[in-house]
Amino acid sequence: MIHQTSSLAVSVFLAFVAVTLGLSFFLASRARSAHGYFAAGGQIHWFINGVAFAGDYLSAASFLGICGMIAFYGYDGFLYSIGYLAGWVVALFVIAEPLRRLGRYTFADALDAKFHSRGIKLAAAASTLVVSIFYLIPQMVGAGVLIQPLLQLPHWVGVVIVGAVVILIVMTAGMASTTYVQFLKGGLLVLFSTILTVLILQRGFVAVTDPSAMRSQTIERTADGQTRIDGVPKGTGEGEGRLRSVGHIRRLPNGVERTGPVGPIEFFRVLRESEVVLWKAETRKGADGAAVTTYVANPVEGAAVLRPGQAPMFQGLRGDAIAPKIDFLSLMLALFCGTASLPHILIRYYTVKDEAAARKSTVVGIASIGFFYMLTLYMGLGAMTSGAIDVTDSNMAAPLLARTYGELLFAVISAIAFTTVLGTVSGLIVAASGAVVHDLLTSFLRWDLTDHEKVRLGKWTAAGVGAVAMALGILFQKMNVSFLVGWAFSIAASANLPALVMRLFWKGTTRQGITAAILVGMCGSLVWILLSGESFAKIYGLPAEQAWVPFSQPGIVTIPLGFAVLVIVSLATRPR
Amino acid sequence: MVSDSRNRDWNGQAAPATARRNARYGGVLFVCYLAVYGIFVGINTFHPTLMDGVPFAGVNLAIWFGFGLIVSAFGLALLYAWLCRESAAARDSEERAR
Repeated sequence: MIHQTSSLAVSVFLAFVAVTLGLSFFLASRARSAHGYFAAGGQIHWFINGVAFAGDYLSAASFLGICGMIAFYGYDGFLYSIGYLAGWVVALFVIAEPLRRLGRYTFADALDAKFHSRGIKLAAAASTLVVSIFYLIPQMVGAGVLIQPLLQLPHWVGVVIVGAVVILIVMTAGMASTTYVQFLKGGLLVLFSTILTVLILQRGFVAVTDPSAMRSQTIERTADGQTRIDGVPKGTGEGEGRLRSVGHIRRLPNGVERTGPVGPIEFFRVLRESEVVLWKAETRKGADGAAVTTYVANPVEGAAVLRPGQAPMFQGLRGDAIAPKIDFLSLMLALFCGTASLPHILIRYYTVKDEAAARKSTVVGIASIGFFYMLTLYMGLGAMTSGAIDVTDSNMAAPLLARTYGELLFAVISAIAFTTVLGTVSGLIVAASGAVVHDLLTSFLRWDLTDHEKVRLGKWTAAGVGAVAMALGILFQKMNVSFLVGWAFSIAASANLPALVMRLFWKGTTRQGITAAILVGMCGSLVWILLSGESFAKIYGLPAEQAWVPFSQPGIVTIPLGFAVLVIVSLATRPR
Repeated sequence: MVSDSRNRDWNGQAAPATARRNARYGGVLFVCYLAVYGIFVGINTFHPTLMDGVPFAGVNLAIWFGFGLIVSAFGLALLYAWLCRESAAARDSEERAR
């Protein structure tokens, strides 16, 4: 897509940045003590905390990634929405209240409440840092991707802007400012996604009957970075080529050309009875080394985009091979177990005053997050059928869909997408900072720090983690890193969930058992991921068939492994 | 939601009996949701064509089941919040009766 800077979009973007920074400086006085800095003093209202859960959790992967995946492949992207939301059931029914009862700053507090073990603190801190880094990289890369069309700035500038703003947010008021930025972002995200969905339903569907819309298209990327479309340079001017949109409706039920407004259920019925045109891509090397991709029209029944098993990664569900099915089971297990194991989500339970507030805020979080995930299906399918995005815009589905309703909505949705990154990254940085200062320095290395020193070190650690995140965001710019979020869920679920659940509900758990379960779960899932077909194809550039493990998602092996290791080691080390 | 603040010890933590009762409610509701989620994932994995069926209103099972899972998570969360509130009130009344 050819993007042009909009002064309105830039103004709204700058206003959002100004409000978030102003809020942070306003709240700075609340972060003078360690409890104030790392846990907002435990004084956040449960409703604000609940919406902040949504702001923390609905990362760029949810807003940009899921909408984009649905726009490209249909229902399969919605499977992620379902898995991500289901994880909150584990958080509410199993983790929330006991975690709040036992902890103070980090989830390691709850694990270690009975044992006072340096091993547990070290293992939990290492797991927090690994999960946070895996989660941070796609957020930072996404920030750069978002800034490019909005401000016409290079990718690395976008990454630096996000990094600098987040470091300022976290350094000024720690968890207090992070919470209110997340509250703001969570509320706006749900509100404007609702507005966008209402507009999609109001517009209904329009059939594109022009035969030229079915013509194949060739995109050639030359070695010197030029892109040519059907032999002419890519652009919007005379004699330049435009990319086809990712999909369109060729035929509507009863042969009508447009439906007019549709209801939320009618939306799916009409789409199921329509004919949708998507594109099949085939890439080959040209004579001069250029990558040539040919897109051929692929008309399908609307029903095909509303059922599972259409996206490349889920196509195995409709085959006979067992490995893709186990891969899918493993992914859905990791999404289910991962939410309640993510360090930046768990620390949010310490920002409210008691267990009842933890419970109520999780209910509010489930309501906001669940409602948003239902909207992703409308936004994704709306982007697929409205000509809003082209075949190269998978991460910009929501903002570009908004652009079809005017520059103001595009500006607001883009700014919200930017604060989406801010909210999630600041939560991750606070979690990493707490793990370093509280778990590593104070508990493991036994540095004798005053409250003031803990806050000061926390701020500098936040700056350091932010700088590392910026460097990784720039380093991984050229890579499609959205799969890293899935890996972060797998690692968190394998390393943290067995330890948390068994510590809370099995009296036979020992400190050695917890330490071993975290380390084996974390290392096991990491090793599995690095030996998987996905890593071979996307990181090493090798054929996926050469992978050392039979499927890519480790959860189905490494989550039970974490539980087994904890039980075996605890039984072997129980006091006699 | 009604506060159950009367049922807390001096540092704001729920009494052990209430905590145990909440854990029991949470456990039962968790198993219920896990069963429904497991059925959804199982159908998608081993019989995905079942999801193509159209039970009513011209919308397929995949959409109904997916939305149903999200709505039921919220429904169970509300039920849990209500049960936990009720248990606190009941305990208070038991204490008053004693």
